[in-house]
Amino acid sequence: MKIRIKFRKYGSMKFIGHLDIMRYFQKAIRRAEISIAYSEGFSPHQIMSFAAPLGVGLMSNGEYLDIVCREPLTMNGTQMKEAMNQVMVEGVEIVSVRALPEDAGNAMASVAAARYTVCFREGYEPDFDWKSQLEKFYQKLTIPVIKQTKKSTKELDLKPSIYELFVREENGQAAIEMLVDASSAGNIKPGLVLEAFYKENGADGLEEAALLITREDTYGDRGTGETHEFVPLEDFGEEF
Amino acid sequence: MRKLALRDEILLQVDKPARYIGNEVNSVMKQKEEVKVRFCMCFPDVYEIGMSHLGIQILYDMLNQWDDVWCERVYSPWTDLDAIMRKENIPLFALESQEPVKEFDFLGITIQYEMCYTNILQILDLSNIPLCAAERTEEDPIVIGGGPCTYNPEPIAEFFDLFYIGEGETQYRPLLDLYEKHKELGTSRRDFLMEAGKLPGIYAPQFYEPVYKEDGTIASFSPTVEGLPQTIQKEIVMDVTDTYYPMKPVVPFIKVTQDRVVLEIQRGCIRGCRFCQAGQLYRPVRERDVEVLKKYAVEMLKNTGHEEISLSSLSSSDYSGLEELVNFLIEECKERTVNISLPSLRIDAFSLDVMSKVQDVKKSSLTFAPEAGSQRMRDVINKGLTEEVILKGAEEAFRGGWSRVKLYFMLGLPGETEEDIRGIAELSNKIAAVYYETVPKEKRNGRCQIVASTSFFIPKPFTPFQWAKQNTKQEFLDKAYLTKQSVMEQLNQKSIKYNWHEADASVLEGVLARGDRRLAMVLLKVYEKGCIFDAWGEYFNNDAWMEAFEECQVDIAFYTTRERGLDEIFPWDFIDCGVTKEFLKREWLKSQEGVVSPNCRMQCQGCGANRFGGGVCYENKN
Ligand code: SF4
Repeated sequence: MKIRIKFRKYGSMKFIGHLDIMRYFQKAIRRAEISIAYSEGFSPHQIMSFAAPLGVGLMSNGEYLDIVCREPLTMNGTQMKEAMNQVMVEGVEIVSVRALPEDAGNAMASVAAARYTVCFREGYEPDFDWKSQLEKFYQKLTIPVIKQTKKSTKELDLKPSIYELFVREENGQAAIEMLVDASSAGNIKPGLVLEAFYKENGADGLEEAALLITREDTYGDRGTGETHEFVPLEDFGEEF
Repeated sequence: MRKLALRDEILLQVDKPARYIGNEVNSVMKQKEEVKVRFCMCFPDVYEIGMSHLGIQILYDMLNQWDDVWCERVYSPWTDLDAIMRKENIPLFALESQEPVKEFDFLGITIQYEMCYTNILQILDLSNIPLCAAERTEEDPIVIGGGPCTYNPEPIAEFFDLFYIGEGETQYRPLLDLYEKHKELGTSRRDFLMEAGKLPGIYAPQFYEPVYKEDGTIASFSPTVEGLPQTIQKEIVMDVTDTYYPMKPVVPFIKVTQDRVVLEIQRGCIRGCRFCQAGQLYRPVRERDVEVLKKYAVEMLKNTGHEEISLSSLSSSDYSGLEELVNFLIEECKERTVNISLPSLRIDAFSLDVMSKVQDVKKSSLTFAPEAGSQRMRDVINKGLTEEVILKGAEEAFRGGWSRVKLYFMLGLPGETEEDIRGIAELSNKIAAVYYETVPKEKRNGRCQIVASTSFFIPKPFTPFQWAKQNTKQEFLDKAYLTKQSVMEQLNQKSIKYNWHEADASVLEGVLARGDRRLAMVLLKVYEKGCIFDAWGEYFNNDAWMEAFEECQVDIAFYTTRERGLDEIFPWDFIDCGVTKEFLKREWLKSQEGVVSPNCRMQCQGCGANRFGGGVCYENKN
């Protein structure tokens, strides 16, 4: 049976990279004695897939991994969630455990968008009036940026990939919230949006350490193709 | 939530920030207000190495079982963070509480190899603890060293307040009780150290003084205050079944060297190879009960979630419950989809059978450690592995489908001749020949692969070779060259690959291994020159070391290539590791005649370790 697990990652755990989070969950699932299924072959591995890798330094309230469990199940969803939370460290919390329909696509392929909150670290606030400028920035028809990958640099228009962008309150502080493309083909990092925003306002290069970024959730798309209907990945599954 | 000692900006800038944040599964958090003693346990190398060390896991678990103690961990910050900490004056901190090491009551440093000595200075320096014990005040933690290198603690004696000689399970409780008492009474650091030095196995170096002869050797070595013992006897756990063992070892986030459950099956070794220090230090052999080990395996797998388990001991094939344990683990691990990583075993029907069950025969290799190329030399070093046994084992393995063989040798052994060295290539060649004779052409999967590796022999304290000359760097290199040449002359040379070690580090390791207090100067100097992580090829700076020796006018040859007289007093003679100097001398003389000594189970050699009253010395004797 396919099972989707949603978790939060916060505090010092934000320094644990994606590959190590995978290793962490492999061990955690053994500690929790979840009856996960294994691949065939000489060195069997757990059948497990993660939705969207989260960069080092980012926190998240909506990370996902899918696993396959052997049947009959030894625990229901609530028990599984509890068993896993028993063996977590501070900084990782299981939020929900749901059963996926058999034909559901795996977590990674399902990712369409992600919502982020971006705060400025103390002492790193930009020196232009960013709160009022943000809306103007988002009103633009095109937002051209240079996207650098390991192999190439290419020009690209961010605008169609930003689904929402606005200022809101977070713990009594102003923060930027955005919903952006997170699909494997068009993934946009929040830093890239901010960089373009800085540039637009003639501000100097954005320092890497300036932003405190939290991924709020990860979404699939139930839209028709022409229109989007973003749904949190957990909503593709059901309690069991 | 804990506040991290390092700012986000720094953690995002350094390689593998997970090394510095703690919070690992099974790491122990306590309230500092609720404990009487804060102990910081250190392995002076990078996190991935330090976290792989079983000894620390045992002590960490033991100390934290006590309500009045909180034991935390610290490792050497890697060079990137080291530079930042120095620049920004950030004090070294413990992983759990993230608080400065300087605030602790104890800093315990395990010393596993000589090449980490500059890292000890790094740890002290970054902690803002004076490097020399004599300069420390009531504000500083008590710095205590343990581990194999403390069997000759003299080169680093100036940097430690105390050394714990022997196995850690026995004296920490009395030591901490004593500390608590002194803390309550408010007595001075000096008084505490002096009292501590009276406990069994505890050595307080600042109260001892060597007197040197004109030729530089030691005339005498004794305590300078009354009441301290002349010799320090090592501590040892006689019942290794009924003692501490961590059921919940800490599970790191990042991949470390030993990323698995480790079951220590026995301590000590019956073999008595004459070059091997561990084989003498940990006598006598004491086995852990096989039923208890089975229970530990299951529980530790459950508590860690590790996907692999391995056995740890010297010469694991000699463990009497091995077959039963391995068969149990194979069953149990199959059920849990856990891998077994086998220790190197004597090659025979049993080991080939289990290896074929847990490894992919085509990909794995056989390991032999003949240590010397000729039978004559193997007799000299008392390595009871004959050519016949090796060739027969290889033949059986080749029949079973293996085609890769790893061979380990040493160069620079006492009395080594050209013949002995050529023997390395010849033995490798013979093994390859066995392959081509045994495996018919149609069944071969290309050539067989023999990898022969040599390391340079370094005489170590408490071995029969403690009197031996070490080779010079040039001799080492010449010998490696000769080995390479002779490999090329072999018929099957295309099937043989030869690797050798770097010689500079071996010379240095030799100096430090048999060194004395006069080396402290050199260590301080070389540390000043910026040397740390000497065990890492890319950071080892031999020129800096050579300069330091010169500036301190310390003669390397005195420590390495000098032949020591039978009556010489060694810097480590005040330590009693159980094995007597008489026995070692006997073995040294026997080696020169090429006479072998049977192992403990065949015939007791009267080494002296039977005075501990247990282990192999009393097997079947009730
Ligand atoms: S006393 Fe005899 S049996 Fe015991 S360790 Fe020494 S040699 Fe081995």
